[in-house]
Amino acid sequence: MEFVKDHDPYPDLRVNIGSLELQNPVMTASGTFGYAREFEDLINLHRLGGIIVKGISLEPRAGNPPQRIVETPCGMLNAIGLQNVGVERFIAEKMVYLKGIGVPVIVNILGDTIDEYRQITERLQGVDGIAALEVNISCPNVKKGGVAFGTVPSMAAAVTEAVKKAADVPVMVKLSPNVADIVEMAKAVEAGGADSISLVNTLIGMAIDLQRRKPVLANVIGGLSGPAIKPIALRMVYQAAGAVQIPVIGIGGIESAEDALEFIVAGAAAVQIGTANFINPRVSEEVVDGIGDYVKTNKLASIRDLIGALEV
Amino acid sequence: MSQHQEKARIIRFEQLSEFNIRITLEAPLIAGSAEAGQFVMIRTGPGQDPLLRRPFSLHQTSSSGHIQIFFKNVGRGTNILAHAKVGEILDVFGPLGRGFSVADDRPACLIGGGLGIAPMLFLAKIVSSLSREHGQDLIILGGRTREDVEPLVEDFRQFGLALHCATDDGSYGLKGFVTDILRSEQLAANTRIYGCGPDNMLEVLHRFSTERKLDCQVSVESVMACGMGACLGCNLDASDGSYVHVCIDGPVFDTRELSWNS
Repeated sequence: MEFVKDHDPYPDLRVNIGSLELQNPVMTASGTFGYAREFEDLINLHRLGGIIVKGISLEPRAGNPPQRIVETPCGMLNAIGLQNVGVERFIAEKMVYLKGIGVPVIVNILGDTIDEYRQITERLQGVDGIAALEVNISCPNVKKGGVAFGTVPSMAAAVTEAVKKAADVPVMVKLSPNVADIVEMAKAVEAGGADSISLVNTLIGMAIDLQRRKPVLANVIGGLSGPAIKPIALRMVYQAAGAVQIPVIGIGGIESAEDALEFIVAGAAAVQIGTANFINPRVSEEVVDGIGDYVKTNKLASIRDLIGALEV
Repeated sequence: MSQHQEKARIIRFEQLSEFNIRITLEAPLIAGSAEAGQFVMIRTGPGQDPLLRRPFSLHQTSSSGHIQIFFKNVGRGTNILAHAKVGEILDVFGPLGRGFSVADDRPACLIGGGLGIAPMLFLAKIVSSLSREHGQDLIILGGRTREDVEPLVEDFRQFGLALHCATDDGSYGLKGFVTDILRSEQLAANTRIYGCGPDNMLEVLHRFSTERKLDCQVSVESVMACGMGACLGCNLDASDGSYVHVCIDGPVFDTRELSWNS
């Protein structure tokens, strides 16, 4: 693809995730941005690179009992339990608004079995306004299935294959960091046919209420997110990007343009912003602006010149 | 519903007692659109630790664009705010949530226990401004000791509504609980009770109002990350077996909406 760069007063922030074109590399991470409408008064949604909506399952899920979240040093643990409205209500109630925003909408999907992943992918076939699917194989909060798909390479590849076979849009697979070898996982889903990979999901953690000698979270364990996990995420993105040919999307503790740029330099073609949305609803747009400033200040022809530009 | 993210200057800092603090902030957009019972999320500082905003119910708003919060210095976030100085800027997000639904034509009984007094000042102002007789309206405030209650009494008295106080140790007002005062009152059959305070107090209010067939709205607390329905972290058990989320379905609930089998 050729981009016209001459006489463009705006910095060129366009990136490609395989066949998917984004106006800039900043997306909002699943589960941290609702179905986007929640943020419409607070941010210019049309300025985002992409929106990844809350994970959707075949049937609605009520999620875990309280307490679901707890703050930890420079981060938070969550065990929401994949609460969502289910695919039918998602299509009927949420898609109309989402497709009107004018930026790529990526639907995060999840399931307990390979067949559920296949079914939900089939149900989303032909639904107007969906730019891509993101496959959640890594959410640590549901006791059956979720963890195994994300931590066993052959299972991750099998889910990827099933979704890819049924999907009529590009497929992004979201990796769990709770593995011994992230490179092996990245290669497995690439071999399974993934068009791109996003990483990392949350790191499994725990918090204890010493006074009551009980876990703080009703689910006992939860997923750690926020700035606390950024160095781990950055390392995994760097390793994965060096090992696969498909685009890599960086996620983990990003709350500024500098954070996002570090992931891009490490090899990410784009990034997702998660927990920071809870603290500053405007953060994604501020990161877009900050990346633009960086490209201008450093006189780069395009943000694409920075992808994987790390000098080791 | 409009939400605003404001850089709000601290214009007044009041140490009401050893641990209780009241801060007045300049936040005209929030002040102009807030309803009694709604809350704000405040970032205690620009750093990453503590990471999350802290929720505070709106204690008072003014037509001059000021908002007040009233809190106890109990944790890391509130300890930082307890050392804030006049002139400092805080990042304030709000107004958030569903506030009290005031019945214009019914007597109101406002009950605040401990920090639960916070939203009652805002509500008392709304109730007192209703153009109707106020002879049957009632405010009941309680706390552990004198210093939880007395510093706030003058602010409530200005509205001219009947006011009773209770403390656990009897150092101010009646010795006992706010709910003891409630039980001793002759309430009109169409009274609506509005409460905020510790969980056990709210549970007593629920049982009392159910027995007497009175409406009862309570403001509840929860751990929260976003305050706006995105993280889904602040769920509570609802009476129908589902969950409600404090930030968007509340923080004010009719007590019949919630499960009290804790």
